[in-house]
Amino acid sequence: MKLVGEKGVQRILMITALSAISSLLLIALFIFSEGLPFIFKYGAGNFLLANEWDPNTGHFGIFPMIMSSVWVTLGAMVVGAPLGIAGAIFLSEYASPIIMKIVKPTIELLAAIPSVVYGFIGVMVLAPVIRNNLGGPGLSLLAGCIILGIMILPTVISISIDSILAVPRSYREGSLALGATTWQTTHMVTIKAARSGIVASIILGLGRAIGETMAVIMVAGNSVNIPNSALDSVRTLTANIALEMSYATGMHREALFATGVILFIIIMILNSIASVAIRNRNAKK
Amino acid sequence: MNIKFKIENLSVYFGKEQFLNSVNLEVEANKILGIIGPSGSGKSTLLGALNRMNELEPYCRTEGTILMDGVDINSSTYNVINLRKKVGIVFAMPVPLPMSIYENVVYGVRLSGVNDKKRLDELVEKSLSEAFLWNEVKDRLNLSGLRISGGQQQRLCLARVLAMEPEAILLDEPSSGLDPISTSKIEDALNQLKEKYTIVLVTNNTKQAARISDNTAYFLLGDMIEVGSTKQIFTAPLKKETDDYITGRFG
Ligand SMILES: Nc1ncnc2c1ncn2[C@@H]1O[C@H](COP(=O)(O)OP(=O)(O)OP(=O)(O)O)[C@@H](O)[C@H]1O
Ligand SMILES: [Mg+2]
Repeated sequence: MKLVGEKGVQRILMITALSAISSLLLIALFIFSEGLPFIFKYGAGNFLLANEWDPNTGHFGIFPMIMSSVWVTLGAMVVGAPLGIAGAIFLSEYASPIIMKIVKPTIELLAAIPSVVYGFIGVMVLAPVIRNNLGGPGLSLLAGCIILGIMILPTVISISIDSILAVPRSYREGSLALGATTWQTTHMVTIKAARSGIVASIILGLGRAIGETMAVIMVAGNSVNIPNSALDSVRTLTANIALEMSYATGMHREALFATGVILFIIIMILNSIASVAIRNRNAKK
Repeated sequence: MNIKFKIENLSVYFGKEQFLNSVNLEVEANKILGIIGPSGSGKSTLLGALNRMNELEPYCRTEGTILMDGVDINSSTYNVINLRKKVGIVFAMPVPLPMSIYENVVYGVRLSGVNDKKRLDELVEKSLSEAFLWNEVKDRLNLSGLRISGGQQQRLCLARVLAMEPEAILLDEPSSGLDPISTSKIEDALNQLKEKYTIVLVTNNTKQAARISDNTAYFLLGDMIEVGSTKQIFTAPLKKETDDYITGRFG
């Protein structure tokens, strides 16, 4: 029994693919068409570099949000990258294959935990610990960095492991046969050979961190200011859109779309860097 | 006669299966011992026991003793890192490390803490010359070791072992896949090197063993069938299996 022929299957797949791609393109187009005119009208310099965000008085400077996003993301990297890379090295080079078979899928599963759960843990556990031990409101830049650092771990670990395991066995054997220890082999040969994949894992993690919204809104405190310390409450670009979109109209609404444009551009740049890094890795083999 | 390795009752298992059956063999110092035998007879496994590279397989088990200058290198108390510095190996399919030719050669010595640029430069020239590679690469030492030809890579892997100034060198089919010119370069190198080192040469090419080894051992299905001077093995073997193999009647 044959419902659709080879030609028919091909056509259906093509239509699905085209509608998927075109809906993504439409969204991008929509964001840009709503946001770009505002940037030109208001002035890119005023928009990007001014400190005051007060929609009621018509002030739309997103510099504090940009700085907060940058700090939260960098902080997440400081927390997540060393942990993730060390974990990947341990699992791929030191742990027995059985442990690796159990732990790696478990870590990848962490990526499937909804971000509201991470945020909830941040609010209930992490924020009080920070408030009681370090001071400040608790809901802070530091809390955001730690929660996001944990959230990017699955990305960093799993892509790093894949690129470490892709290093040919003959490199390790050659090094060990010359009297190198496992650690010498790991840092002088394996990590160097896997370097671009590891870099890509961090950049993809960064992309995830800068785009994360729910968890950050819950733990970072959300006041609009350029952070002076890690204990300050901050509001990121994503949080700004999510918090104000429900009531924004007119200029305010356009400013939020323009914020989306900026996020879009940042993430596109990060992803391009990551894919160049991954392509380099493949070219080297 | 000076014995470098005295192998006694050496058995190697991968998992439950045994692939070397209680092998007894002596390797003379400053001589080339040729190991011949059909594919799968355990030649590479023997080399892997001599510098304990077999241990990288978690399911590999090695029994028996291997005395190197009278000390059992197979005992768990013997430092395997030091062993691998003293007993260098060139694998059957040698792959340079993903770094420059220069860095490939000095990799092992750097690990031992030598960092003096002048000393390293000397070592690079000396080792590459001994491996008959210097003239071909001396103008491009910064080129990646992966970018030179297969035969050159093989000699680079020999050079990186020579730079360690080991006591013994294990070679696993060093001229498989090489043209006659590259092969004779390697053989020339080995003939000079045996003055300084003890060499164990696994080869699938019986003619090569006849050409350059001083002694020859014949392996079959994990058993060491016969060992003797190359002349004796190739002209008057004691065992019928050996005779069948070298005259090409094997199988
Ligand atoms: N890592 C391993 N795991 C399981 N079995 C192995 C392993 N290495 C070798 N063997 C087995 O040990 C036996 C001997 O292998 P070995 O590589 O020593 O043969 P060889 O004489 O070097 O053959 P060739 O001339 O083809 O290189 C083979 O049957 C092989 O399947
Ligand atoms: Mg072999």
